[in-house]
This record gives sequence, structure tokens and C-alpha cells, in this order.
Amino acid sequence: MKLRYLVPLVLFLVLAGFLAVGLQRNPREVPSPLVNKRAPEFSLPRLEDPSLQHGVAQMKGKVWVANFFASWCVPCLAEHPLVTELSRSVTVVGINYKDKREDATRWLARNGNSYAMVLVDREGKVGLDYGVYGVPESYVIDKDGVIRYKQIGPITPQALQEVLLPLLKKLDA
Amino acid sequence: MRSAAAALVLALAAGTSLAQQARPLADDPALEAQVLAIAEHLRCLVCQNETIAASRADLANDLRDQIRAQLKEGRSEAQIKQYMVDRYGDFVLYTPPVRPTTWLLWAGPFILLLAMIGWLVRLLRSRGHEASAAPLADAELERARVLLGEASEADVPAGAATGPGGGAKAKTGGKASAERRS
Repeated sequence: MKLRYLVPLVLFLVLAGFLAVGLQRNPREVPSPLVNKRAPEFSLPRLEDPSLQHGVAQMKGKVWVANFFASWCVPCLAEHPLVTELSRSVTVVGINYKDKREDATRWLARNGNSYAMVLVDREGKVGLDYGVYGVPESYVIDKDGVIRYKQIGPITPQALQEVLLPLLKKLDA
Repeated sequence: MRSAAAALVLALAAGTSLAQQARPLADDPALEAQVLAIAEHLRCLVCQNETIAASRADLANDLRDQIRAQLKEGRSEAQIKQYMVDRYGDFVLYTPPVRPTTWLLWAGPFILLLAMIGWLVRLLRSRGHEASAAPLADAELERARVLLGEASEADVPAGAATGPGGGAKAKTGGKASAERRS
């Protein structure tokens, strides 16, 4: 009989629990439906030489990271040293998103270019296929061409150490 | 000086006319209406409280272009929505689809409503039970009638009249005994 009086307390605790979990999530991070799906095919011109094209098919058998960046994007500049660090353990392909060729070239000359290759997505069409809704975004793609992880927003030191590097180690094995 | 001012006016005029031409819209207003009708049901991922139809974000612009191009190719609304869901997940849809993970979302309000109605019915029933468990005695009923002014004091049977009087006496008696004790 006395238990009846505990009902409001229990209801309150359940509600508080839901709110506590909800408040710790980042509403800006929309989970991508592309994770664990095949990476959308593309063929893009290279930044250094537009006559050369490069696509997903050529990366087969390799673990690689597609990093969408732009010279006009401030968080890209912030994550750039971490991209450089990441490029020491994996092939990182830069995809220059909705940018001018000259701007991108100058930006890379000033900030360092550790990309294995830079491809140009002038219209953002490839970005659309990958569900990019803001730069920077990075996709880890495995040897079979399947997207295994999507980093939304800049790579943080924490994301690099706790998620990206362990995942790359696992995929390489 | 005057020519400089004229040049400035001309430059501004040219600027505004350019600004008006900048937005690429379909030539066909019917198609444009269709584009907006679809875009109204899709969430802009950059400014999440806006629809793709309402948002001025770059991405929303691109996605509107995408809807326009796909409609021109003759694709259906369902196909276009699927295209968006394939890239951005169910989150782009303002109306979430009904599936096991969203059952609670869809049914929740109704479950809550039914539970509240059930609780209310139970409460009302138990209350009715309490009231009928203690029916008024004839004497009490008579006294209630007197208090409500429906019957005169004279009509009240003698037994009922002693009720309150006796009670008052008992009270004063009690008081007296209390005084005596002190």
C-alpha cells in the first residue's frame, strides 16, 4: 500500500533519466545511414592536374580516409594538424568541397599538404552523395570499399586517439 | 562630380538587378510549386528547425536544385524522398516512418491517453463506491432539508431535533468536565 506513494518519485526519476541522456547528446550530429554501406562511387579531377581523374574504384584493397575540406572553412584549419597526424598511419584523400582551385592551392601551400591526393568537388555533387552537410567531414573506408565510420565536424585529438586510430588498426589487420 | 554620381546610381541599379537574377528558379511555376511542396516535408540539416523549402542555407539550396532536377527527370516524390533518406537518414523527414523503432513515438501519446482515462475511471468508480457506502439516515436527510430551507423546523421529528441539541449538550458537558478536572 505504501508503495503507491513511490509512484511519482519513480516517474520523476525515469523522466530525469531520459532528460539526462538527451542533454548529453549532440543534436548537430545526425547519424549517417551510409555507415556500413558501400562508399558511393565517384570520379573526380585532381587538384594539381585536372586532366587526371581518380575514383573510389582505384582505392580498392586499401584502407583510406576521405576528408572533405575547403579553404573557406575555419574548422578545417583547426583540424588540419590532426589530419596531418592521421596521414602518418593511413592514406588520406582530401576532397576539396565547393572551393576555388586557386584558393585551395594557396591554402594547402600555406598550411601544409599531407594528403595522398586532393580531388576537386567543385559543385559539391559528391558531397551530396556522401551526405555531407557541413565541412569538415571524414569517412573511413575499408579494403572492400565500405564506409566504416563518419567523423562529423573537425577531427578532435580525442576522436583521433580513441576512435580513428584504434579503428584503423583493426581494419588493417 | 555629377557624372560620378550618375555612375554610382547606375552601378547600384546594375547591382540590384543582378541580385534579382541570381536565384535560379525553374521556368515552370507548376514545377517550382511541386519542388516546394516536397521540400516542405524535408528538414534542413544545417538549420534543423527549418524545412528545406524555408531555409536559405547553401545545402538547402543544393537540395532544392536536386529535387528540381530529379522532378524534371520524371522521378516521383517517393523516389526523391528515398534519395534524401539514403544520404541523411530518417532525420530529414519531418514525418518519421512507422517502424519498430518508432512505434513508441507514434503510439506513446495514445498509450498515455488510455492510461490516464483508465486511471480516471478507476478513481471515479472508487469515489462513487465510497459515497454509496455511507447512505444518509432519514434523520440526517430531514435535517439537511431544514438547513436548505425546504422544510420548516416544526416538520422535523422530535428524534431528529435532539440530534444536534444533544450533541451541543455533550460538548458543553465535555467542557465542564474539562474545567472540573483542571
